Amino acid sequence: MNVSAFNDDLHLLNGNHAVAWGVRLAAPDVAPLYPITPQTPILEKLIDFQSSNLLDAELFTPESEHSAMAAAIAASVTGARVFTATSSQGLLLMHELLHFAAGARTPIVMCNVNRTPASPWGFWPDQIDSLSQRDTGWIQFYCENPQDSLDTIIQAFQIAETVSLPVMVNHDAFYVSHSVEPVSLPSSETVQGFLPRLDRQNQLADSSGRSVGAPVSQAAWNQTRRAMDADMQKVEALTVKAGEEWANLTGRSTAPLEQYRTSDAEVVFVTMGSMAGTARLAVDTLREKGIAAGLLKVRLFRPLPVASLCDALSGTSCALVLDRNYSPGTGGVLHQELKSTLFGLNAAPRLFGMLSGVGGVNVPPETLEKLAIEYRTANADNQPIWVE
Amino acid sequence: MEKINYGDQGQFCSGHVACAGCAEALSMRVILNAVGEDTVGVVAPSCSAVILGGHPMSAAKISVLHGTLESAAASASGIKRALAAQGRDDTTVLCLAGDGGTYDIGLQALSSAAERNEDILYICFDNEGYMNTGGQKSSSTPRDASTGSTPLGKTTRKKNMIEILAAHRIPYIATTSPSHLNDMATKIKKAQSIRGTKVIFVQIPCLPGWGVADDAAVKTARLGVESGVFPLLEIEGGVNYTILPGQKGQSINAYLAQQKRYRHLTDENRSVLQAEVDETWEKLNSMVAI
Repeated sequence: MNVSAFNDDLHLLNGNHAVAWGVRLAAPDVAPLYPITPQTPILEKLIDFQSSNLLDAELFTPESEHSAMAAAIAASVTGARVFTATSSQGLLLMHELLHFAAGARTPIVMCNVNRTPASPWGFWPDQIDSLSQRDTGWIQFYCENPQDSLDTIIQAFQIAETVSLPVMVNHDAFYVSHSVEPVSLPSSETVQGFLPRLDRQNQLADSSGRSVGAPVSQAAWNQTRRAMDADMQKVEALTVKAGEEWANLTGRSTAPLEQYRTSDAEVVFVTMGSMAGTARLAVDTLREKGIAAGLLKVRLFRPLPVASLCDALSGTSCALVLDRNYSPGTGGVLHQELKSTLFGLNAAPRLFGMLSGVGGVNVPPETLEKLAIEYRTANADNQPIWVE
Repeated sequence: MEKINYGDQGQFCSGHVACAGCAEALSMRVILNAVGEDTVGVVAPSCSAVILGGHPMSAAKISVLHGTLESAAASASGIKRALAAQGRDDTTVLCLAGDGGTYDIGLQALSSAAERNEDILYICFDNEGYMNTGGQKSSSTPRDASTGSTPLGKTTRKKNMIEILAAHRIPYIATTSPSHLNDMATKIKKAQSIRGTKVIFVQIPCLPGWGVADDAAVKTARLGVESGVFPLLEIEGGVNYTILPGQKGQSINAYLAQQKRYRHLTDENRSVLQAEVDETWEKLNSMVAI
């Protein structure tokens, strides 16, 4: 971390307010919003900014997340820069329209606060809400802390508008959404330079008489997904580029995959979101005990950086995937993804899927240290392992 | 014969995909020409979506978004807000939806847009059922009508969407019919001149769905107006009711006789329906008197 970045611009913000600041700096034209715990502070902060004439955007509150996303899509095809935010049930209610947004190639940026879905009701950090949307065509990022969330929101607009695909920026309920940390705020000039207004195609209102989303033939539908595939393949490189450009402006580096002390690691934690912070502490403690531990943080989950993941893990002998989610009947979603990623790789590490923190239960660094010590020499096991 | 004076500017093109004799295509021609070219459309999955045709052909000269069934009013809100952000406040945003997308699955989004008084013009082509999927009942289907999902006749009344919308106190609600095309063009232009949420219901006798002869859609619609089944009205501000003069000159029997969906009716059924129409008509007139 570049210490010089932390001076006059340092603010104490929780993750949700950091997102709202990122949105304010990105200056969207339209933001339909619907409240849901624990996302609501994003909505309230944006309305607060607008009411104070600090954000010039069309904010409005439809009756549901479904209508919020429908309005977001329509505004985006009309050429507006669009933001919205949701969580859990709200994201799941949007499901139909998540496919629609990607298919209509709308560069919407949405923050999703990862929360357990009902039933039973819960309000706890768990990533199954967004992971179960992985096939909808949204680019997905997972953020570790409020600074990561702010930086990612701003970068998300650049990536979305470059490839005309929607981006979901995820951060964990409470651990990130409500945790107050020092956050460095870039100037609005910095963000304007980073996010120039592209001459975006106004698909609807340009007097061309075209229709958006009208029925097509099988072959034409097929072509839409081939085109999406080609653009999805650009996203990892665009994320690298956005991260490098952002580092030049702010001194903070971000990347699709972020590695911590992995170069000589024999055991590597692989995880997403706030669990990366816990794993970082565990890595340091394990190193002090003489165990060569490391951390691989997956920040970009869709599209999955498959080749980069293989590179990052090819030198290690043991990888512990920490999944704060559970896909019934299979296990952790990141574990599944890594199994398929590493399949057939020479010298692939032994891979363990740890269901750690499902439903928001606390996973302290000591738990991760014990897992590393226990599993670094264990035989490979395909089955998910429930942690405590 | 009445001259239809809606000023055709070619806003609805030949090559559309409506059934031969469809009154919705006729209505769409009048409506699209009445609103003019500075308009963006939202089309809910419905007969309208089919009539306009598949990509890349479109019978509408204006650009349209083919949205999802339950979200026409929300989509229209998004377009309107995006246009406003671009300084294009005067562009009309037009929704074309069916009764399924209005009375049933789209009611929540429409109610919300009406509550926010979004500046949109919402047209409901009311053919009283899910006719695009082969003719199943919606909550707009009237009592006793036979549909694919009510083969013995629907046992409950048609939902009164007009009163529901009036309760939202939106600036303009109207009904119009393909049998009264000048009335249709006038109401569309009037609605377009008003800021806020405007909803216009157009009754569309569906040839296959209602069992109406190919050449009888307009005639059936006229009988619907003249028997008081489908009164032509305007409601301004949710409270000021106006009814087009000269309506309800006959019983509903001629209207029912045009439609195979009612062919199983007994005399008793018919008298129950007649009593409902009479009661609704009297109530409506009492609202006008207010």
